[in-house]
Amino acid sequence: MREILSGNEAIARGAFEAGVLVATGYPGTPSTEILENAVSYREIDSSWAPNEKVALEVAIGASFAGARTIVTMKHVGVNVAADPLFTLSYTGIKGGLVLVTADDPEMHSSQNEQDNRNYAKFAKVPMLEPADSQECKDFTKLALELSEQYDTPVLLRTTTRISHSKSIVELNDRVTGLPVPALVSNAAKQVMLPANAKVRHPLVEDRMRRLAEAASTMSINRMELRDNSVGIITSGVCYQYVREAFPQVSTLKLGLVNPLPVKLIRSFAEKVGRLYVVEELDPFFEEQILAMGIGVTGKEIIPVCGELSPEKIRKAFAGHGIEAGSAVEVPEADAGAIALPPRPPNMCPGCPHRGVFYTLNQLKAYVTGDIGCYTLGFLPPLSSMETCVCMGASIGNATGAVKVVSEDEKKRVVAVIGDSTFIHSGITGLADMVYNNAPATVVILDNRITAMTGRQDNPASGFTLMNEPAHRIDLSQLCSALGVKHVRTVNPFDLEETRKALKEEMERPETSVIITNKPCVLVKREGVFKKGPLFAVEAEKCTGCRACLKLGCPAIQWKSGEGKNGVSYIDPMLCTGCDVCRQLCKFDAIGRAK
Amino acid sequence: MKGQTTNILLVGVGGQGILLASEILSETFMLAGFDVKKSEIHGMSQRGGSVVSHVRFGEKVFSPIVPEGEGDILFGFELMETLRALPLLRKGGKVVANDLQIPPSSVLMGKAAYPEMVDERIREKFPDFLLVDGQRLAVKAGNARAANTVLLGAVSRRIDVAEEYWLQALERMVPAKALDVNRKAFMLGREF
Repeated sequence: MREILSGNEAIARGAFEAGVLVATGYPGTPSTEILENAVSYREIDSSWAPNEKVALEVAIGASFAGARTIVTMKHVGVNVAADPLFTLSYTGIKGGLVLVTADDPEMHSSQNEQDNRNYAKFAKVPMLEPADSQECKDFTKLALELSEQYDTPVLLRTTTRISHSKSIVELNDRVTGLPVPALVSNAAKQVMLPANAKVRHPLVEDRMRRLAEAASTMSINRMELRDNSVGIITSGVCYQYVREAFPQVSTLKLGLVNPLPVKLIRSFAEKVGRLYVVEELDPFFEEQILAMGIGVTGKEIIPVCGELSPEKIRKAFAGHGIEAGSAVEVPEADAGAIALPPRPPNMCPGCPHRGVFYTLNQLKAYVTGDIGCYTLGFLPPLSSMETCVCMGASIGNATGAVKVVSEDEKKRVVAVIGDSTFIHSGITGLADMVYNNAPATVVILDNRITAMTGRQDNPASGFTLMNEPAHRIDLSQLCSALGVKHVRTVNPFDLEETRKALKEEMERPETSVIITNKPCVLVKREGVFKKGPLFAVEAEKCTGCRACLKLGCPAIQWKSGEGKNGVSYIDPMLCTGCDVCRQLCKFDAIGRAK
Repeated sequence: MKGQTTNILLVGVGGQGILLASEILSETFMLAGFDVKKSEIHGMSQRGGSVVSHVRFGEKVFSPIVPEGEGDILFGFELMETLRALPLLRKGGKVVANDLQIPPSSVLMGKAAYPEMVDERIREKFPDFLLVDGQRLAVKAGNARAANTVLLGAVSRRIDVAEEYWLQALERMVPAKALDVNRKAFMLGREF
């Protein structure tokens, strides 16, 4: 049977076919849909972990008990999981363990574009890189097999264009007859005390040497000889771009990107005239090939920053005498088209974050921000965020700031963090803030979901990935237990209440926490979000003062041609009845829609 | 349509149903026996930002994204986004768009103006530009929400794939209770 699957769907399918029993991870674009699809296979225990480190630790536990496991995250998630990863390299595994790192060249939805191929080399583990959805499925299975064959975790690296592209995949059945998991004592291999770790390290080195040897004959490292005047070494989606741009050149397509197949690369270099490397981001292959003493051109012509594309590759090779695949006549760009107003993402109509950022802006707060939908509070007209570094950083950033600024400025420092991000890595930051007596205010925007990545459940949402009811962490009690003396909950749709709470807590020379209690408008679950009666503008009363426009609500539109000075208009298709704009209108022009 | 691979771009605003439309296209081409690839960016674009989805089919497709300036067909769900995407098309490419304007935040706030004469500007570059009143025809088919399917019908007339595959794909991808309305909407679009 054939189906069109995204790379992420195909990885989930591969895990299913390979007999995986445990799948876990933390949501992060572009990796999220792997687990969202794994959960459709009842044979797999699929779950969201509070963060990537916990996810990998859970996977390790299952692997040591003999189960095949897969753990998924975005590239920056591997930074969080790096601690267990580097030691897992020493212990090795029992049941096959694959860690999927979904990288995001071009930063479509990320704060940096780190190249996680470097982790494979750094942690001394093999890494596979698929080039389409069929390979996503096949490589997931192969990665699990290699994991068991070489007693090592295996990294499977995708990029956004692999994770989120769809192509045709041939489906197979799930394997049967794998060993049944059970507790097994193997302490010398699994307890990484110095004495044991010293025994393991040489085995790691030997494993990588054996893998490098085997790499030259692995079928996933594929030499394709066509016109041999030029040869290009490449992998992943870049292989597709190269074939698109230059169908006639010879290619060496690497499926195993760490360790490199030295013999195969040498043999390819001997067979072709000029040798190039086409790779996104870092010169990962290039530097290693140069170190082999083989002359190769790469980053001299291929950009380091951003993702590649067929046309970028064609452009890079201009003047290198390679025949391009297709030459189409491109119409001249319409000069007017370039000047079109941009369409940046925005918080949804009825988003409970909007009123909070409006108020923070009014109070001239210095907001240390975090990762989630609310990072959009940076954009105009809310324009109220000064920092956003990584998951959980808002709280530490606030602590650091109040350590050094004047008493007056301390009062302006507010950390803003979502429920899922707080649980991911904000709790320790808050413990530090209390422990070291930092007088900053923390706002936890509890919308009861991991919203930015597409509404995933978390330990504060009350449900699991398998949609079973679960304990819901009481964030207020949790903050109290950490020692925060001033914890209060506010309704973020009540601007007066929100303003009063923020003002008082910002003034207070102690750590304080404000929790907002309205859910994400996109959560469809019964009884969570309720659309209220809608609001409308009475055009006769609207003076055109534009106060409501400062919310940046997509439902509110400025009609410049109407009334004396122009008027605001509320789109009934978009309004959710959150009531925030009504509270800003001094002229009572906004009321219940009739 | 040129030699091997046909390149289709779907553009509009996050939340308009572009992903589903591109999935129906892909399914159709697979059913018709072609190799298919499609690509788009999730994440930030879901919050009302610009969305571009790429669908390519042919005997063998390599890149999942359409090389800039090589689009054969532009399927626009919103007018300004259609105008913005014109540089992605080859000369002589075909444009089909829904007659719908969704103002971006800067326009909502009165800080910028929605571009004028979008229709004419597109037609100037692509004379056989087809502007479809998707909403009106969708209402005629039985549900205003089937506007995308009307447009899909109009797009289908510009692609050399038999009608049966389109209808089979609709059957597979559209929920059963909405299938009748969508079939009608598709056939109304095919009259263009």
